[in-house]
Amino acid sequence: MSRPALALLPILIRRDRASLTATLLAPALALAAALILNLGLYVLLGRDPVAVVHAMLLEPFLSWASFSEVLLKTGPLLLIAQGLAIGFRAKVFNIGAEGQFILGAIFASALPIWFPQATGAWIWPAMLLLGAIGGALWASITAFWRVRLNANEILVSLMLSLVAAQLLYYLLLGPWKDPNGFNFPQSVMFQYDAMVPTLIPGTRVNVSLLIAFALSAAAWIFMQKSFMGYKLQVGGLAPRAAGYAGFNQGWAIWLSLLIGGFAAGLAGAAEVAGPLGQLQRSISTGYGYAAIIVAYLGGLHPIGIVVSAFFMAALYIGGDNAMVSANLPIAAVRVFQGSLLLAYLVAITFVRYRLEWRHAGHRNTS
Amino acid sequence: MNAIQFILAGMLAAATPFLLAALGELVVERAGVLNLGVEGLMALGAVIAFIIVYHGGGHLIGFVAAGICSALLSLVFAIIALVFRANQVAAGLAIGILGQGLSALFGKSYESLTVKGLPRLALPWFSELPIIGGLFTQDIVVWFSLAGTLAIWAIFTFTKTGLVIRAVGENPKAAHAIGYPVILVRTAAVAFGGMMAGFAGAYAAVVYTPLWADGMIAGRGWIAIALVVFGTWLTGRIFLGACLFGAVSLMGPAAQATGMDVPSQLLSSLPYLVTIIVLGIISADRRLLKLNGVASLGEPFER
Amino acid sequence: MSQPLLSLRGISKSYGAIRANQEIDLDVAPRSIHAILGENGAGKSTLMKLIYGVEQPDDGTAAWKGEPLSLASPAEARHRGIGMVFQHFSLFETLTVVENIQLVVPGRKAELTKRIRTLGRDFGLEVDPFAHVHALSVGERQRVEIIRCLMTNPKLLILDEPTSVLPPQLVNKLFDTLRRLRDGGVSILFISHKLEEIRAICDRATILRGGRVTGNVDPREHDAHDLARMMIGRDMPEPIPALPLSGGERRLEIIGLDYTPDDPFAVPLSSISLTVRASEILGIAGISGNGQSELSALISGETVLKREQADRIFMMGRDVGTLDPAARRELGFAFVPEDRLGRGAVPEMSLLLNSLLTAHPLKLLKHGLINRARAAAFTNDCIRQYDVRTRGPDAEAGSLSGGNLQKFIVGREIMLAPKLLFVAQPTWGVDVGAASAIRQRLIALRNAGMAILVISEELEELFELSDFIQVLHHGTLSPPLLAVNTKPEEIGRYMIGAEPAGEKASA
Repeated sequence: MSRPALALLPILIRRDRASLTATLLAPALALAAALILNLGLYVLLGRDPVAVVHAMLLEPFLSWASFSEVLLKTGPLLLIAQGLAIGFRAKVFNIGAEGQFILGAIFASALPIWFPQATGAWIWPAMLLLGAIGGALWASITAFWRVRLNANEILVSLMLSLVAAQLLYYLLLGPWKDPNGFNFPQSVMFQYDAMVPTLIPGTRVNVSLLIAFALSAAAWIFMQKSFMGYKLQVGGLAPRAAGYAGFNQGWAIWLSLLIGGFAAGLAGAAEVAGPLGQLQRSISTGYGYAAIIVAYLGGLHPIGIVVSAFFMAALYIGGDNAMVSANLPIAAVRVFQGSLLLAYLVAITFVRYRLEWRHAGHRNTS
Repeated sequence: MNAIQFILAGMLAAATPFLLAALGELVVERAGVLNLGVEGLMALGAVIAFIIVYHGGGHLIGFVAAGICSALLSLVFAIIALVFRANQVAAGLAIGILGQGLSALFGKSYESLTVKGLPRLALPWFSELPIIGGLFTQDIVVWFSLAGTLAIWAIFTFTKTGLVIRAVGENPKAAHAIGYPVILVRTAAVAFGGMMAGFAGAYAAVVYTPLWADGMIAGRGWIAIALVVFGTWLTGRIFLGACLFGAVSLMGPAAQATGMDVPSQLLSSLPYLVTIIVLGIISADRRLLKLNGVASLGEPFER
Repeated sequence: MSQPLLSLRGISKSYGAIRANQEIDLDVAPRSIHAILGENGAGKSTLMKLIYGVEQPDDGTAAWKGEPLSLASPAEARHRGIGMVFQHFSLFETLTVVENIQLVVPGRKAELTKRIRTLGRDFGLEVDPFAHVHALSVGERQRVEIIRCLMTNPKLLILDEPTSVLPPQLVNKLFDTLRRLRDGGVSILFISHKLEEIRAICDRATILRGGRVTGNVDPREHDAHDLARMMIGRDMPEPIPALPLSGGERRLEIIGLDYTPDDPFAVPLSSISLTVRASEILGIAGISGNGQSELSALISGETVLKREQADRIFMMGRDVGTLDPAARRELGFAFVPEDRLGRGAVPEMSLLLNSLLTAHPLKLLKHGLINRARAAAFTNDCIRQYDVRTRGPDAEAGSLSGGNLQKFIVGREIMLAPKLLFVAQPTWGVDVGAASAIRQRLIALRNAGMAILVISEELEELFELSDFIQVLHHGTLSPPLLAVNTKPEEIGRYMIGAEPAGEKASA
């Protein structure tokens, strides 16, 4: 081990208190770093980096049409990420939001598929509620496994997502397949009353975005002001302190997972009752996984998450644009997401640590 | 050939991607690090090996390159999680997403293309045994994986290297105090785990199903992580677990061959369902997990 | 004095803003037992880590037998002939004794096993080489540490607070071993804050205070008072007298409790019985690792009993065995745990939020939301009344020194006005001033009618505080001994299990 060489590197020194500046700067620095890395990659792939940046980061904001699509995508990402962040703060790592989203979509679709003739303004709210319940039920399997069987919630929730995808395919290829759908894996189109009302005429942005904002405000109150949210955070930061104070950890895990599942299920329901209007095989384009990144980039803070969800939505639309105009595979979006999270994780180290170069000192060298 | 013979003959090959990745993760976790990026590391190894083999580079070069690339990506994880002390869960997920993204990106123009697999080598005499004979006709990578399993067991049981890895995982502060470079040992373990995941991905892509499809790892990296828990951090049990999953993943084709009327989606989700059930059964024995578990797993080390 | 074995000049080391060592000079003679004396936080452990190469100094020089010395790692220190026995042992619980030794000493297992047995015989350090460390008692673990050091043939052996884990009888045995080693040509650096021990065994003492050297004396020529003054900068505070026992109501009663933990590395408890009355302090003596943490968790409710085990633990007359900590606190129970960071307080949270941890029932909430104004008022009260040195209620708990955080936690629990207060290791890692303030506060509360249970490793502390003392050894508890009628040696016999619980009563 080359100690002299290592001695030249700076070391991390713990700060006496968390740095607010570093907290606020971290996402911006991470974005810059990820951008540079990914542009390098695009050059290696033989793409024009200027065209890619234009398509990915500017185009989403240049026309009302694409900006409204950004708002549309913000909804589900925001909902799921708020739910997940509450769990993450409690160190309950529910990474199966994808599955909870799918179950939300399935539960919500049951209503218009089984009762295609039903009419009335109650249908879409009922669908959203059903979806939220479906997501929470799916998450409750993970909660049971974690609390009663002591199983790792990361693995269980992830496996359940993979199962959920198979369940969706089964329904779409079997009992719920649209008989007049030319054998495509999709359900019938839903009736008019099964659609969430649009918010901005002429776009696909619907009321579910408002719900997402309202629930973000609720998440803020819950996490920053309420004693229940405080208990969850104590459990995450210092589980033994939670035990000492008598905060029930099993309850905290149940609550975290149910909130996460509820929000993801709601998002899934809003997707089928919103822009899609039917249950499809491709209802989720990885929202459940992207929302994990959204939650972290937002600093697991309800306000930060609003910003990061909006940004991630823009990245989705930008990725679509880049696929068309710069011939960049859509997988580039995932690469960008992954590297962005990695860069952010490095950047937030400086919230609690600062760099210090070692003293040259009067030490002898051996 | 009946279903049992079919499963016995194919089990070890099907188990190999699980086994290689799980053995790598075993070393990583024994050193006290939780790397959840295995799925992405396997995906990267898979695409690298596939591209090289497709362009005529040969299987050996393909495997080596896959091992190196995945090890390099896992080093990124090591720097972020160990040097910068980031949350290991988040860093692992990020590496997983990045690895899968890179895999899809590089593999874009190879979608649905095929390469040639490896020939199976029969062990004389044993391979002619009735019923279980199929077990002894395997490709060279399977034979190497079996030898590797034995080697890792021996390292943890007999060698000082194994002792040092266990010491660093159990009590990094004490290991540091008696003079072991904790971060360095952990970094080496992570790189080894990355390399093994790369091999596992390579095997899946250029030997087991030598056809490129995006998302072909299909959760096997996650199951490998679960296998380490099933095996309660013991090499022998991890091997048995990998065989179980090898067998389970063959049940789909076996059932279809015998003409059973089961929805294919149920058969596809069988490995995931078995993972969930076994995870519940093993984890419920808290005493066992505590006894064999790694005390400092997932905790950043700070002097 | 002949040429010193080890000689330090102007050694300094800082951690962030904390200057742990400043301009330390130290000379250790060959064949001597040299004490480093100082209270908690004086910089003793840092100095030892620098000598052993675990950490590197910011400044200063070192010489070994007159040659310049620079230690980049413990391996190098061992190579030069420096060995160290840590205060919190650096052993690996899941490995065997010989495997632990193999990590430090080169050689094959069989050969090492033989050497372990020989050393054990020669120096009175018997231990089974094939035992797993988690199955060993604390005293046996210390022997393993010492053997591990001796196998590297050191010229200088550093022992960090070695007697804190030993009962009085074994302290004498350790001293015999150390004298034999000195006579065999090994110098010993003996770190301690116990004055009498240093006077008994050391021929030189360097005294540290606030990271600086404040004295360099022959301890046999000074009495404990002199040494104490050098160590803390003033005289030791006098304890306040306790009022006579009044025989108040039973606030905590444990009757024949047996408990087998889920954790295979934890200590099972058997037939534990104790009673704490109002206006009474019961002290539990014993070396940590004999069931203290298991017993604490059972009393606090962090471990709950199964439903079948009724009528084992009573608080204020109610069976609480299956109640969780919150329910026990509602009955008037308060608890200061032995580990402050991460259990008694959340390091990353402000003191204000840490007040809420247990003090939330004092109307610090409103409709389920945190009432910041009231929480701040509570925190400010606690900071003022208990002399917590901090920036204010917004300071993170992790930024406080050990002593100040302990004052905060003790203060918070006392402000709950409990009927029964349980304090585990009240003065671990706390400086002398804060420690005596905490002890005086406990005695005052006892005089005012509170029932108090104290678990401590420090016998002197227990004798100062307690009306009765019981000794915990191997998961069993001795009968209560009236503190004023008991000698430390008697407690010591229970601590090594020489007098099994119950035997004395029947004899």
